[in-house]
Amino acid sequence: MLALSYPVETAIKMGAVLAVIPVGALILVYVFLFKMMSHMQSRLGPMEAGFHGTLQPVVEGVKFLQKEDLIPNGADRRIFALAPLVVIIATFLIYAVIPAGPDLVISNLDVGVFYALAVGSLSVLGVLMAGWASANKYSLLGSLRAAGQLIAYELPLVLAVVGVVIQAGTMSLSGIVEAQAEGEIFGFGGIGNPYILTQFIGFALFVVSSQAELTQAPFDMPIAESELVAGYMTEYSGFRFLFFFIGEFATAFALSAIAATLFLGGWYFPGLGTDGALANLAGPIVLMGKIMLMAFFIFWMRFTYPRLREDQLQTFAWKWLIPISLVNIAVTGVLKVAF
Amino acid sequence: MTITQHQQQAYIAGQAAEARLRFELETEGMTLNIGPQHPATHGTLRIVVRLDGEQVVWADPVCGYMHRGYEKLCEVRKYQQVTTLINRIDWLGHFANEVPFILAVEQLYDVEAPPRAQWIRTIFFEMARMANLGLFLGDMGVQLGAITPVFFAFRDREHVLNLMEAATGGRFHPNYDRVGGLKEDLPKGWVDECKEVMKRQREFCDEMEELLVGNEIFQTRTRGIGVIPQQIGLDYGLSGANIRASGVDWDLRRDRPTPLAWKEADWKVWTHPDGDSFARYWVRLQEVRESTKIVDQLLEGLPSGPVMAKMPARLRVPKGEAWVNTENPLGEMGYYVVSDGGPSGPFRCKIRSASFNNISIVPWLLRGVYVPDVITILASLYFILGDIDR
Repeated sequence: MLALSYPVETAIKMGAVLAVIPVGALILVYVFLFKMMSHMQSRLGPMEAGFHGTLQPVVEGVKFLQKEDLIPNGADRRIFALAPLVVIIATFLIYAVIPAGPDLVISNLDVGVFYALAVGSLSVLGVLMAGWASANKYSLLGSLRAAGQLIAYELPLVLAVVGVVIQAGTMSLSGIVEAQAEGEIFGFGGIGNPYILTQFIGFALFVVSSQAELTQAPFDMPIAESELVAGYMTEYSGFRFLFFFIGEFATAFALSAIAATLFLGGWYFPGLGTDGALANLAGPIVLMGKIMLMAFFIFWMRFTYPRLREDQLQTFAWKWLIPISLVNIAVTGVLKVAF
Repeated sequence: MTITQHQQQAYIAGQAAEARLRFELETEGMTLNIGPQHPATHGTLRIVVRLDGEQVVWADPVCGYMHRGYEKLCEVRKYQQVTTLINRIDWLGHFANEVPFILAVEQLYDVEAPPRAQWIRTIFFEMARMANLGLFLGDMGVQLGAITPVFFAFRDREHVLNLMEAATGGRFHPNYDRVGGLKEDLPKGWVDECKEVMKRQREFCDEMEELLVGNEIFQTRTRGIGVIPQQIGLDYGLSGANIRASGVDWDLRRDRPTPLAWKEADWKVWTHPDGDSFARYWVRLQEVRESTKIVDQLLEGLPSGPVMAKMPARLRVPKGEAWVNTENPLGEMGYYVVSDGGPSGPFRCKIRSASFNNISIVPWLLRGVYVPDVITILASLYFILGDIDR
């Protein structure tokens, strides 16, 4: 590694994250929200801006920047303005621990998984602030639903990860990737041991609860366009709405990245080694491929399913997901000791 | 039939919620205006709900935001001009609005359209039903949060509308019916094209059955929600699929003598015993299928001949009154036309539209349900704002 002074290194890392968040979000918006959804619904989606509408996300962004920044009468102006920032900063912080290669990680924390899930749940605060400060009944209903739902699904999300942590024996995300890369399947080490093979229950739980964390259908009760109009986002316009919008897709990107790291082997691809220049160069590309695979599943569900009612979501989390994840942890622990 | 246990519980929950608000907590519930501008109300219906948390204590529909005064407007128009207006009552089932009015005027004038005209009227009536209910089948998905079905519905409705346009020149407002017959005959090749479209409509129904009806989430959201017991439904004057979903075997197409050609086809009236949102969806799905069958059979045996009876250029309807009701996509629709024998249009025209009666059950039905279910129950009752307010 090059020896850089601390401020320079920090600035580079900040710049990298600041570039990755909008780019990742825009790629998801274009590929899935614009194109995949359109083709699923037998239409073309944007076709005018750029080749097959590739520049449409940029156009949309510019459009939002031109819109008037409305703050409703009776709104708590400071909190109202602060809420989108809280949401996007929570997303921003997750990216700090996701490894894109053996050395390509902003901060290789020993408690990386714990940190990522902890800061990820900060966005509830922003959602609550937005709903309360909007002085709108629909927003209030939406934000309270969001708070209830995000807290309920935080548990299975964390518990699903515990299985992986037990199997890998570390909480560092880089460590988990290395453990998968160096793992063996019954003595066969050719493709490593991606944890989706052993932790498939954990994987399913993680995907379902991250869907709920993202407040996407079938768990989009807090947003519920057809009844709460857009829930906590109803009163936002212009660049503040853009923050929420980017935050939503950047979180989808980040959670896909965590799922890819925990269960699909992260940046590791068989044959490319676990350190050195090749792994560092190919790492981001491999990780991106796995992220797109995960995001495809998440958005596929989103565009297909109707939504559950709030009490049904809670029942699903507390009566099904949490008990299953506890059993999963117990079984993983027993097997870890046995083998 | 008595009130079901679910309804009893919902009623008790509503009462308890109201008592809590008034006496125990000494707080005020939240009054939420759903509408007049709201995506779930298909236009400008306003529903005032008092909430305790997410539970509805009481709900009150407020209609009239789109009142256009059609009954009065009919009085200052000639008979031939009225069809242009009444196309816009139920704007999704456009052609079906014209038929009962024209039948009433024909009854007054004592003229009967030639058989070919009656058959084509029936075919178009059923196509209007497909265009209307097909959209409902997709729209119900949107109200439940599944955004894909509605695009399929729009896609396949387009084929029906294209057929309408080919024959009448109008996609939404065909204005095709005349006193004594039809504006003109079908264009060449229309019949074959129509058979193709009916096949596509049946495929669309299968698609919806796989995508929504079989979906577990759809079933948990609709089964046992918004149950209308048979007697309550009859008391509130529900009609159409809403009452058939409560187990009442009642269809004016079959039960009322009519010059139209329904009796020539072999079809079935579907009912469902449950009376919940799911039943209403299911009954409408089957109705679209039956409609395609009716159209197919009528196309096979379409009689030849003129489509217009001999009519004078200036229509002078003799003094009298007539009431004709038909089974429209949304339910029973009827026109009570009074003529004073003058050269101008009707002296009085009372329009009975289905949706106005269908939403009258809303205060009873929404008591004690949760806010998300308000939307699905309203969606499954299926009203068109123009049909409520006229």
